[in-house]
Amino acid sequence: MTRALGWLAAIGLGAGLVMAFGVAPREATQGNVQRIMYLHVPSVWVAYVAFAVVFVASIVYLARRAERADHVAHASAELGVLFTGLTIATGSIWGKPTWGAWWTWDARLTSVSILFVMYLGYLLLRGMIDEGDRAARYAAVLGVVAALNIPLVHFSVYWWRTLHQPPSLMRPGGSSMPGVIVAALLVNFAAFSLLYLYFLAKRVRLLQLEAEAAA
Amino acid sequence: MKGKFVAGGAVIAAALAYMIYAGVTQSAVYFVTPSELRAAPVVGKAYRLGGLVQPGSLRWEPRSLDLSFALSDGKATVPVRHKGTPPDLFGESRGAVVEGSWTADGYFKASLILAKHSEEYKAPHDGGTTLGKDLIRTLQGEGRQ
Repeated sequence: MTRALGWLAAIGLGAGLVMAFGVAPREATQGNVQRIMYLHVPSVWVAYVAFAVVFVASIVYLARRAERADHVAHASAELGVLFTGLTIATGSIWGKPTWGAWWTWDARLTSVSILFVMYLGYLLLRGMIDEGDRAARYAAVLGVVAALNIPLVHFSVYWWRTLHQPPSLMRPGGSSMPGVIVAALLVNFAAFSLLYLYFLAKRVRLLQLEAEAAA
Repeated sequence: MKGKFVAGGAVIAAALAYMIYAGVTQSAVYFVTPSELRAAPVVGKAYRLGGLVQPGSLRWEPRSLDLSFALSDGKATVPVRHKGTPPDLFGESRGAVVEGSWTADGYFKASLILAKHSEEYKAPHDGGTTLGKDLIRTLQGEGRQ
């Protein structure tokens, strides 16, 4: 099952590359730099999903004290941090030629950096407490609270004046992009989602084995 | 023991709340509009000014790197001067955010120019050029665009 997921993700990523470089057109205003979007937007999508999973799994853990839910939350938080990092890195590389700056403190970039630091703190908290039960309990509370950041990041471009543009795809009133760009994005969304699921399955298994070995 | 953790947790929560509050309120007014600047300009104060580059206002002197243009929000315009090269996406009828200060001589002296990108994406007019085709053209020496 997990192996099939891995192969599907690999095929999806290959198809995503072909779509991004071979099928999607050079964007009229930005030129080829726009192709970074095919990494940037799916990355942040996966980060949102990963932190939403942390949120749900944390609630389940607090309600039922199921060890498995804690493992899912832990693994998903790690992946969320990874993909948020990818989002920030790719955004920065895009920002320099497009905006003229690697970084600027507008509401979108500020809120996403807070998101990043909060979940780094989540992982730090887990690592600092030795007793498994207590680490899981405290982490679960933080996992619920930190999720408040997700809407803050996503809607920051509507709520405040920002340099970052509002969404082109996940927005009210439909997408503002030609179909072929949307198609290339959707393939990469699917590929990144599969990759996330694959990593999650692997990491949860690893955490289970670690827990068994420690017991 | 428990009290210590509650106190520690409260400190962390307060610190995070402050970070979010300070971060967001500071960048909440990421830039002021030309109307807002015109309403209460303070000479020498650092501003970020955002608006549309007014069509016909852009002057660019490649030798001296002198750049001048006007930023508009439809109600007010502010003349801006800058020394340096603007980003690729900078141009007339496009959004821009500039960092700098208001001068006593009645213009905005910009130290940094940022191009604001819109959420609109378009396929090129020459009919769907992919990176593969671009590479081949570049290798054949036909230029990039």
